[in-house]
Amino acid sequence: MSAQSRDAAIVGIYEYPDRVVDGDFSALQIKTMCAVRALADAGLSWSDVDGLFDASEGAPMSGLLLAEYWGLEPTVIDTTGVGGSSYEFHAAHALSAIRQGRCKVALLTYGSTAHSNAMAIGVGGRGLGGSTAADNMEAFVGQTLVSNYAMVARRHMHQYGTTSEQLAEISTATRYHAMRNPDAVRAMEELEFIDIRETTVDDVVNSRMIADPLHLLECCMISDGGGAVVIAAPEVARDCPKSPVWIIGAGEATKYVTNEGDLTVSAGAQSAPVAFAEAGVTPAEIDIAMIYDSFSITVLTILEDLGFCAKGEGGAWVAGGRLRFDMDGGPALNTDGGGLSSNHPGMRGIFLLIEAARQLRGESTAQVQDAGLAVAHGNGGMLGSRHTAGTIILAAD
Amino acid sequence: MTSERPLPSLTEADTGKFWQSTQDEILRYQQCTGCEKVVWYGRMHCPDCLEGTLEWRESKGEGCIYSFSVVRQSYHPFFRNLVPYAVAYIDLDEGFRMLSNVVGVEDPVKDITVGQRVRLVWEHHEALNIPLFEVTED
Repeated sequence: MSAQSRDAAIVGIYEYPDRVVDGDFSALQIKTMCAVRALADAGLSWSDVDGLFDASEGAPMSGLLLAEYWGLEPTVIDTTGVGGSSYEFHAAHALSAIRQGRCKVALLTYGSTAHSNAMAIGVGGRGLGGSTAADNMEAFVGQTLVSNYAMVARRHMHQYGTTSEQLAEISTATRYHAMRNPDAVRAMEELEFIDIRETTVDDVVNSRMIADPLHLLECCMISDGGGAVVIAAPEVARDCPKSPVWIIGAGEATKYVTNEGDLTVSAGAQSAPVAFAEAGVTPAEIDIAMIYDSFSITVLTILEDLGFCAKGEGGAWVAGGRLRFDMDGGPALNTDGGGLSSNHPGMRGIFLLIEAARQLRGESTAQVQDAGLAVAHGNGGMLGSRHTAGTIILAAD
Repeated sequence: MTSERPLPSLTEADTGKFWQSTQDEILRYQQCTGCEKVVWYGRMHCPDCLEGTLEWRESKGEGCIYSFSVVRQSYHPFFRNLVPYAVAYIDLDEGFRMLSNVVGVEDPVKDITVGQRVRLVWEHHEALNIPLFEVTED
């Protein structure tokens, strides 16, 4: 292992525990509560925050709104909004800004009442909205979110012989982890999941088909929720109460449909090599993989693009349970229970960073022994069309 | 309240001209005069070169299915009545890939496969026509 950088670390985290808020709090209030608790987790306060990062999921130009609402005077403001991967982009940008000395403490937050608002994510499929040139060419088709991802799965099956049973292993692994996370179990109860228990491959492939070939248990939940992450410079991190979780590599990319493009390859194929090269580590050394699990196919595609196995071999590679936290042969996948079984209020990227940090601090409910390295990979937009990839490599202190 | 298929704008800056052509049952795509790149969807400038201009060309409307999915669940006031229906990426022979529906099959779950040849069929509306695709016999 080559020398890793120690330029910026996650020093505070908080995941909002309720997944059904039912009008008690606004998304902004959820963000605020998460920010307060993450700062407390870091042993810091509002006055320490000089880097404000936000995806403007609540309102446009959130850099202005949040600075005022929270009484901040940031020297770095970044409202990169690229979908669910925005938080990985924020972590990458915070790493750069902190390295350059342009800020010392970066605050990342997310909040959403998607469940209470009955938003079009997961199996909701209420339509994707908008009025761009692309929308003007696509809205007539009636593509739902699930069918967009399902077209990737169909092509993957066509090109490589991947089966639904293989895809199902992603659902069963994340459910296995979710059952060990009390917040995930409560989430499934409040969202009225049927059969809240460990699931089998048969359970998954026998669940209702939503858009061929994706079944219900391969689709993420629609919850309320939020989270916050505090990233700090080394001189601040070393005085924080919790063990710093170092950000050692980052990569960003985007991909969209092109006339002869390969739908089975995501933007992760561009972002991952950059992140791993910067980190100076290989996928084989990764202990925990926090991969955006909007759908089973998202994870399978990204596992390949991250380099855990070759393109097309993901199906065989995930079979047999190697993604479980207590099994050898591969990284532990989504040990909080993922978007499939724990938390997905529309954009999940911040929870990838939070659970990766928990693991590298030794605080996870499905703790990997001797956890040293994690990858957090966010997918934003839609895998079957325009999307972004943010790959973050993290190391325990 | 009757629910109609959501229809595109005929005046959208980049794609309005595409939809205007459908009034005459013409499916158009763009090609660059400089580098010959085929471009979809309609836009201002070639994304591959700086020198050429994009010209509209007429497609024969024949191609094959690159991928598809059958929607089994929708809450949309129009599309919920079409369930189950197929969405697909169609690779037209001229070299562009477009999103549309595959129609005209008895059972979209069983009767559609990746790689099938398809041809354009128009769904008529008052202001414009919608390009859909049906499976052609082998």
